[in-house]
Amino acid sequence: MAGSNDALPVRKGFLLWLNNRLPVDAFMRDQLTGYYAPKNFNFWYFFGVLSLVALVLQLVTGIFLTMHYKVGEATAFDSVEYIMREVPYGWLLRYAHSTGASAFFIVVYLHMFRAFLYGSYKAPRELLWLFGMAVYMALMAEAFMGYVLPWGNMSYWGAQVIVNLFGTIPVIGPGLVDWIRGDYGIADATLNRFFSLHVVAVPLVLLLLVALHLVALRHNGSNNPDGVEIKANKGPDGKPVDGIPFHPYYTVKDTVGLGVFLMLFAVVLFFVPTFGGLFLEAPNFEPAQPLKTPPHIAPVWYFTPFYAILRAVPDQQMGALLMALSLIGFFLLPWLDRSPVKSTRYRPLTWKIALTVFTISFVALGYLGLKPAEGSYVLAARIFTGLYFAFFVLMPFYTRGESTSRVPARVTFHHD
Amino acid sequence: MSDHSSAPASAEVDQDRRGFLTFATAATGVVGVAFATVPFIASWSPSERARAAGAPVEVDVTKLEPGQMVVVTYRKKPMYVVRRTPEMLEQLAGHDGQLKDPESRESEQPEYTRNTARAAKPEILVLDGTCTHLGCLPKSRFEAATPDLGADWPGGFFCPCHGSKFDLSGRVFEGSPASTNLRIPEYSFRDETLVIGVAPSEKGVA
Repeated sequence: MAGSNDALPVRKGFLLWLNNRLPVDAFMRDQLTGYYAPKNFNFWYFFGVLSLVALVLQLVTGIFLTMHYKVGEATAFDSVEYIMREVPYGWLLRYAHSTGASAFFIVVYLHMFRAFLYGSYKAPRELLWLFGMAVYMALMAEAFMGYVLPWGNMSYWGAQVIVNLFGTIPVIGPGLVDWIRGDYGIADATLNRFFSLHVVAVPLVLLLLVALHLVALRHNGSNNPDGVEIKANKGPDGKPVDGIPFHPYYTVKDTVGLGVFLMLFAVVLFFVPTFGGLFLEAPNFEPAQPLKTPPHIAPVWYFTPFYAILRAVPDQQMGALLMALSLIGFFLLPWLDRSPVKSTRYRPLTWKIALTVFTISFVALGYLGLKPAEGSYVLAARIFTGLYFAFFVLMPFYTRGESTSRVPARVTFHHD
Repeated sequence: MSDHSSAPASAEVDQDRRGFLTFATAATGVVGVAFATVPFIASWSPSERARAAGAPVEVDVTKLEPGQMVVVTYRKKPMYVVRRTPEMLEQLAGHDGQLKDPESRESEQPEYTRNTARAAKPEILVLDGTCTHLGCLPKSRFEAATPDLGADWPGGFFCPCHGSKFDLSGRVFEGSPASTNLRIPEYSFRDETLVIGVAPSEKGVA
């Protein structure tokens, strides 16, 4: 989309001097005022910009928490309590960061679901999808290591369970686990390296991936609820007839979405910051105890679908393998889906059923991952794990040659 | 570029030579980068201090009553040491059919403990107390036939995290998420002192 032909404003004085050295006006034109986005965006299109907001929120609160947090086996837990009780507004910074992590995953999951709904992962946006998935992976690593930092008992045992997953890899597993931990158990060395990765390395990777995600997005432009390429239909002025400038139209729309998001965020932050144990688990309010497991180990909610898959398998090696495969399915999505049509609106009932079953399975696995692995919970987890994988594995078959309805040439407003 | 070159305009560029030199330079660079990563990767291995802290531990087993268990820490992991009663040892052979690996073929243990009692001295059981499923700590539940574990529970270890069950030799029952028996560390006896971390064949104290 870059390279709009709109004339740049005529500048004098300082702004002229500035634009001769830094292309501020050209950048604003190419990326905002002259960047045309489809005019039929709906509710689902809030979550990209909200992900960016959540990222900034995490960066800012994280930087200020780092000023008071003391990494180390002996000091970490106490320093978090110190932040909560004695640092002015420390409780706000800490709860904004922990609630922010959950908010980040909520908007990212809704953002990803949008891609499933409207086929946003399809050509020519496969790389855009892969960068997004890489962001999701980095985010999971970031959230996992961040959860270890308060050095509560769930931090410790969560780290134990997750790091031990690497021990199931044949041959190199046991040595790899010692290498990841830097000790023969989860220890000071582990906490220190997780701190370094959480506050420096992974955020840098995240920022790079987000930049690549945005560059890839701007190159082809956004998809839309009709899955119509707006660039294929340009008016005499060379602009897409179904597009409107990102600024001011979508910046204004997104500001409204941001307002609603911040209101909901504030409600959780001020009234239910632990969200009934979903955002911060009760055992994490007692210090790490290497010789006492919490009665029931469950990860934070955003990992539970994968945790449920892990536990659904009676064999731990197979369980870990299946969990890894469950993520690979997402990466292969652009190539597993053979339908030429992007939007669910114009795809047949088979696809709608498959997507519904998958969505239900994912949410159900998320619920089951929070529950103890016993009795009917295990059976249910196995059934939903089967459905989860069926969605991906059978996709090339049920999407090939599917009888789609006619995709309109222009975007529509008949749907919500 | 050729305009500024001092070479005669007619001289042809030897693309093969140029390609080879480019490849050779790049390959040398890659090897150099690979070597440069060594210190960074090695820095993640357990430090000398961590290694020293992982030295063998000694337990005086004469102070253990029959049926009593003590937990000692070796390399950050809890080691369960149990002095089993003759009755406990007798019932071990009674439930092989319910075990995933009754003869410990798939499980991790030193060769000298690959027997029904899974021990060098039958009455002294030494186990790594981290569940082979995901590293939680199975609880000692030595009393048989308790209401929560069922009438056929022979006594053993129960993991509260994901429900794995082990018998009084640390052998895993069918239906548990753990697939192998509880691990056994290398250990040996010096007189009546149990030394965890030193195999019987090793001379002296490590």
